[in-house]
Formats: sequence, structure tokens, C-alpha cells
Amino acid sequence: MSGFFKSSIGRKYAMALSAFFLMIFLLQHFAINMLSVFSPEAFNETSHFMGTFWAVQYLLQPVLIFGVIYHFVMGFILEARNKGARVSKYAKNNGAANSSWMSRNMIYSGLAILAFLVLHFIDFWIPEINTKYIQGDMTGLLADGEGFRYYEELTHKFVSPLRVGAYVVAFIFLSLHLMHGFSSAFQSVGATSMRKKKLQTFGKAYAVIIPLGFIIIALYHHFNH
Amino acid sequence: MVDYKVTDISEHMSFLEMMDVLNEQLVNQGEEPVAFDHDCREGICGMCSMYINGEAHGPDRGVTTCQLHMRMFKDGDTITIEPFRAKAFPVIKDLVVDRSSFDRIQHAGGYISVNTSGNTQDANAIPISKYAADEAMDAATCIGCGACVASCKNASAMLFVGAKVSQYALLPQGRIEAVDRVKNMVAQMDLEGFGNCTNTGACEIECPKGISLENIARMNREYLSANIKD
Repeated sequence: MSGFFKSSIGRKYAMALSAFFLMIFLLQHFAINMLSVFSPEAFNETSHFMGTFWAVQYLLQPVLIFGVIYHFVMGFILEARNKGARVSKYAKNNGAANSSWMSRNMIYSGLAILAFLVLHFIDFWIPEINTKYIQGDMTGLLADGEGFRYYEELTHKFVSPLRVGAYVVAFIFLSLHLMHGFSSAFQSVGATSMRKKKLQTFGKAYAVIIPLGFIIIALYHHFNH
Repeated sequence: MVDYKVTDISEHMSFLEMMDVLNEQLVNQGEEPVAFDHDCREGICGMCSMYINGEAHGPDRGVTTCQLHMRMFKDGDTITIEPFRAKAFPVIKDLVVDRSSFDRIQHAGGYISVNTSGNTQDANAIPISKYAADEAMDAATCIGCGACVASCKNASAMLFVGAKVSQYALLPQGRIEAVDRVKNMVAQMDLEGFGNCTNTGACEIECPKGISLENIARMNREYLSANIKD
């Protein structure tokens, strides 16, 4: 396997594998966030478990951070290499005649998602790390000690219409990214055409339902608090 | 870019015949004709390589430039004609590009080694399933024109290499050297400076022979399998 991940196809596999990991992560993130709509108690309990269970914190979280960084960095490296493969641009290029907008603009939808992740990290991840590992408060309780803080923190973040608007726009870009990315990842790992058609249908559903679900959650908390 | 006005063009002419008329006019006016590649003019050789109105081989589907008819355009249209643009396809002159990078990829493994001393087994004596034979034949219809590279936003050659790997990978004769073939051809492809495939599917749409993306998926599987075995 020496040199596999340095080759063009090896990098395709690596991008696809990191994409699979991120799509599974997105699914579980969505499931937990959905709990906040139906049961704040269940959301608090699950969030506390995810935030304090050692396997999630010390095994899955580092893998997730690596996966996110790898997917973005490799995406930019491949984009730069691909741009270099055509030094002289076409005077007239009709890309819409043979490919979807989503497939041609993965770098831009990816950049929008990256900008959102920065906001998301500032909103949730950095305060969480600060509370738990810098201040050393692993209780997950509110300042007055009356119950868990996770639901309160979540709803507080969705008060600002500007932030909710940014989340909605970001999830539209995530949907566009997934519209191509989902089936593309399977193509990269060599899925056969018969399976690919079913996967494309499933992928389109995933690309619409998951981001739309996140948007509904954000709007629900905005208009109910 | 240079603007030329061409007259006396019949809608039944092929695009290359229109280019011939243009060049005749230019020669008669004492100007340099436009250099362009062509050979068989029946869609087999893969030489004609123009990027017409933003698409490889023009707006029609399943055809090479020599099979593209002027009826696809309107009288008075301005048609933009460019060479195939890719770092691995350097322009020689006007619309002529050097596609010898494809030849070097083929030399790296696009063949089978057969003992021709007189004891060669008759290929027809080797049982091959109809499915495999059809799939191999479909892959083998690639004429190496380079429309896939020209159309791909990344100038990737994976449809071409995928077709060449597939046509052998599907047949028992090709399995013997399968590991070295895919590794060497992909290594040469990367060396030539082609971009990475991002699965836009533009190559499949623009391919005059309808080579399927399935060939890229098969090459990816072959490449992983070859690296695990090696």
C-alpha cells in the first residue's frame, strides 16, 4: 500500500472515507439536535453523555477533528492541483451542458460550510471546551445548579435572527454540497452502477432531509423562545 | 482569438468541411490557414479535437467533430472554436494539441503480453461471459480523443484510463497483468499532470463513444485491490 494515498485515486478514496465519516457524524448530530424539539430532558441527558463519556471525548472527538481538517485541507490541495492541470482557461466554457452546478462548485459550497463551522465552533465547541477542560466544570449543570445547561445554551444561541439566518444559509450550502458529495463519495470508492442509482436516490433524500431538519430546529427554537 | 467570416456553408457539411472551406478562403486571400487535427473523418480515429462553443466536439452528443453537422448551428452564428485545453495536452499550433501523454499512459500498461511463438491459445477457446464481453467491448470503444480531459473542469484523464484499464480487467487474458497494469497506468497518468476526478460526470456526457463512469469506478476498485495485493 506504499504510496497509495499519494496517488490521485488514493486521495479520492481518502476524501470519500472522510466524507463517509462526516456524513455519519452529521446524522447522529441531527438525531441529538432533534431531541431538543421533542424532549428538552432527553436532549440534556444525551448531550451530557456525549460531552462526558470518555470514548466520545477522547477517541471519537479527535477522529472527528482530524476528519474535518483532513477533508477541508485535502479539498483545497486537490482544488489547487486541479486548477494547475488547466493553466490556460477556455474563452467559452459551457459547463452547464454536461454537469450540475453543485458538482462544479464543491469548493465554494465547501468554503461556505467552513465559514459556518468557524461560527459554530465559536458558538458551541470553544465555550464547551472552556467550561469542561479549562474551568474544570464537568457537571453539565446551570450556574444555579438547577438542571443541565445544554438546552438553555442551545435555545439562547438561536435568539438572534442574524445567527439563525446565517445557519439557514449555511445549511442550504451544506445541502448543495451533499447533493453531489454523497453519490460522489460512493463513486470514488467504486460503487457499481446498479447500487449507485439507489444510492443517488438515497443521497438526494439525505442531502435535503438532514440540512432541512437542522434549519427547522434552528427556526423552531428561534420562534419558540 | 481571431475572428473569421465563412460563407457558402451548407447545413449538410460536417464541421471539418466547414473548416476546409474556411482554410480555402484563407489560402485564396494569401493568409495562413488554421491548423487543426483530422484523419479518418468517420468518428473512429479520435484526431479531431476542437472545443466548440464551450463543449468538446460541439453541442451534439455521441459524435466527434468530424461527425458534427453544420445544421446544429444557425446561419449567421458566431462559433467559438478553441483547442482542447489541458496542461497535459500542450497546444502545438492553433487547434492542434499534443496528446502523446495518452500514448505514454497506454505504454505503461494498456496491453497484454502474449507468447507469439506459435503456441498461442486461440482467444475464442477461452470462455467469457456475455456480460464481461459486452462491458469490455464498450470500454474498448474509447478512441482516445481526449474529449473527457477537455470537458473535465479538472482536466482529469480518469475516464480514458478507466476505459483502458477496464477493457483488460474484464477479460481473463487481462487478469494476469492486472495488478501492474492499473498501478503503472495510474502512476503515469499522475506523472503527466492531469487533474483529479471529482465525479462531475461531464466526461461521460461529452464522450463521443458513450464511455460510462462505471469504468472509473472499476479502475478505482482495481487500483485499491492491486495495492492491497502488492
